[in-house]
Amino acid sequence: MHNNEVWVFVEQRNGKPADVSFELLSKGRKLADSMKGSLKAIVIGHNVKNIAEETFKYGANEAVLVDHPDLKLFRTMPYSRIMNDLIKKHAPRIILFGATVYGRDLAPRVASNTKSGLTADCTDLKISDVKYLGKDYPQLLLQIRPAFGGNIVATIITPDVHVQMATVREGVMEMHPYEKPFPVKITEVPYNPIDIDGLLEIIEQHREESKVNLKGAPIIVAGGYGLGSKENFKLLHDLAHVIGGEVAGSRAAVDAGFIAPERQVGQTGVTVRPKLYIAVGISGAIQHRAGMQEAKKIIAINTDPDAPIFGISHYGIVGDAAQVIPMFIETYKNKLK
Amino acid sequence: MYKSIVLVKQVPDTANITGKVMKDDGTVNRAMLPAIFNYEDKVALEFALQVKQKYGGKVIAITMGPPRASDILRECLYMGADQVYAISDRKFAGADTLATSYVLSEAIKKIGDYDFIFAGRQAIDGDTAQVGPQTAEKLNIPQITYAEEIIEIKNKKIKIRKKIDGGFEIVQCKLPCLITVLKGAAEPRPFQAKRMMAYKGAKTLTDLEKMAEENSLLYVDKLKHEFETRNLFIPTLTADDLDVDSERCGIKGSPTKVHKVESVVLAGGNQENIPPTKDGIGALIDKLLEDRIF
Repeated sequence: MHNNEVWVFVEQRNGKPADVSFELLSKGRKLADSMKGSLKAIVIGHNVKNIAEETFKYGANEAVLVDHPDLKLFRTMPYSRIMNDLIKKHAPRIILFGATVYGRDLAPRVASNTKSGLTADCTDLKISDVKYLGKDYPQLLLQIRPAFGGNIVATIITPDVHVQMATVREGVMEMHPYEKPFPVKITEVPYNPIDIDGLLEIIEQHREESKVNLKGAPIIVAGGYGLGSKENFKLLHDLAHVIGGEVAGSRAAVDAGFIAPERQVGQTGVTVRPKLYIAVGISGAIQHRAGMQEAKKIIAINTDPDAPIFGISHYGIVGDAAQVIPMFIETYKNKLK
Repeated sequence: MYKSIVLVKQVPDTANITGKVMKDDGTVNRAMLPAIFNYEDKVALEFALQVKQKYGGKVIAITMGPPRASDILRECLYMGADQVYAISDRKFAGADTLATSYVLSEAIKKIGDYDFIFAGRQAIDGDTAQVGPQTAEKLNIPQITYAEEIIEIKNKKIKIRKKIDGGFEIVQCKLPCLITVLKGAAEPRPFQAKRMMAYKGAKTLTDLEKMAEENSLLYVDKLKHEFETRNLFIPTLTADDLDVDSERCGIKGSPTKVHKVESVVLAGGNQENIPPTKDGIGALIDKLLEDRIF
């Protein structure tokens, strides 16, 4: 029996829903519509009925709520068992998870149990009829992601299994309140603890609200490995300070320790859509571009005139950041005097 | 005394891809890529070695891959692993993470009891972070992903600091369990000169077969016996050894298929060149002010 249900695992942290889950509901709504299916939100936690209700704002047809004191904090074992049981009972066609620490912990565990296909860190998802090895597959989920150091974009399919799963980073999909929300329909499912659920206990949890808000920043000044050092990143902080922007970096810059991981833009970082994105010393691998190419205006500054970043920028400056940026700051200050 | 099994992987060095590695049709020429020890797996091995140092026990490293992947098993021996296994069979080729976790979990069952399974959080060729949790599920044991520090091991329980979004957790888990580690969690120790001397000649059966092929005076069985007695034989576990269901291995057992691969073509063309001069940048700033970007 095939149904066309699209599920979204709705992640909550201390009773607060994660943005990425609502972004995925918006995307899931579109996927469900394009295969005449329905969208279901799966909410697990304690005292989280309000979150289940909120999912209808983003187009859910139904919310499944599993509410129990033991489920207050995310733990792999009970959460994955709950998901496995629900999947076996209802056989959804698609399940989306945020590619967060919890999502990346939970989704593979569930895929392994239910022998489902799973693609990590997708940058796009579509429904399409597919011909694969001479066989026709109607309405498959196309799971699109950069691969292999960003030199290629791969479309992954899981044609021969019923449940197709994907994880998506925060910010990749856009969150849209749904115009004509469906009536609230919450189905409560009981949770029955078993021994294995208690093998791991959380002793302490420390979390700080992130002070970094790249997603909401109208201007982003981002640096790459090409800047060469942490000291040179200071130039970017100066520029961002003057023009009122946030500083970000490419993965290579994060890996090199030039900038903190929470400021990484790209496929495995944050996806941003600012008014202005200034890319300095960033070559422009596809994983990076996947996270910033929808910026309204892009300025690229690079010493290499052949850097791929110039291919997607609106304005290109071939030159050394150490000279160009101070010049930019000075000129800007003079203009605003 | 704790027994640890460490999952390690040889990966193409995707961080150092040059233009030449891409074929004209846009696919990757893997043969051109240098193969390296996935760094986070090295950190996982370091975790296991530290557990052994502090509490005693044994460290076993295993890798699934083509025959040349045994290179990194020698490196595990150089770092301090007590025992290594190659898991290799043509039937395992083309495996996605699900099929990989199936074979790994069967290999682990074959190797026997353990307290810990350590693995890197993810491998740089796919960045999926899936194999660890998928393997833990198949073994029906709990998992701790994104581990940053082992705080203590006591009374058959491990206390770990692990990363979560926006912070960290201290968790306590009963053994046995599977732990995936982040790259900053420990500094992998360098190869030890003594161990390098001792194990640089360690060989798998495939290596010995090659030796025998190249020299008609050598016989594989004899070589194997000789290398075993000198403690230089790296055992290989094949599909037959593991008694696995071949429908669940390799390409056959992999639900994910690559439907299409496109090499990246840049749109381009509408870019305006700004000279790196005061006038050039001044004109650009004027335009941005006009467009209300600033």
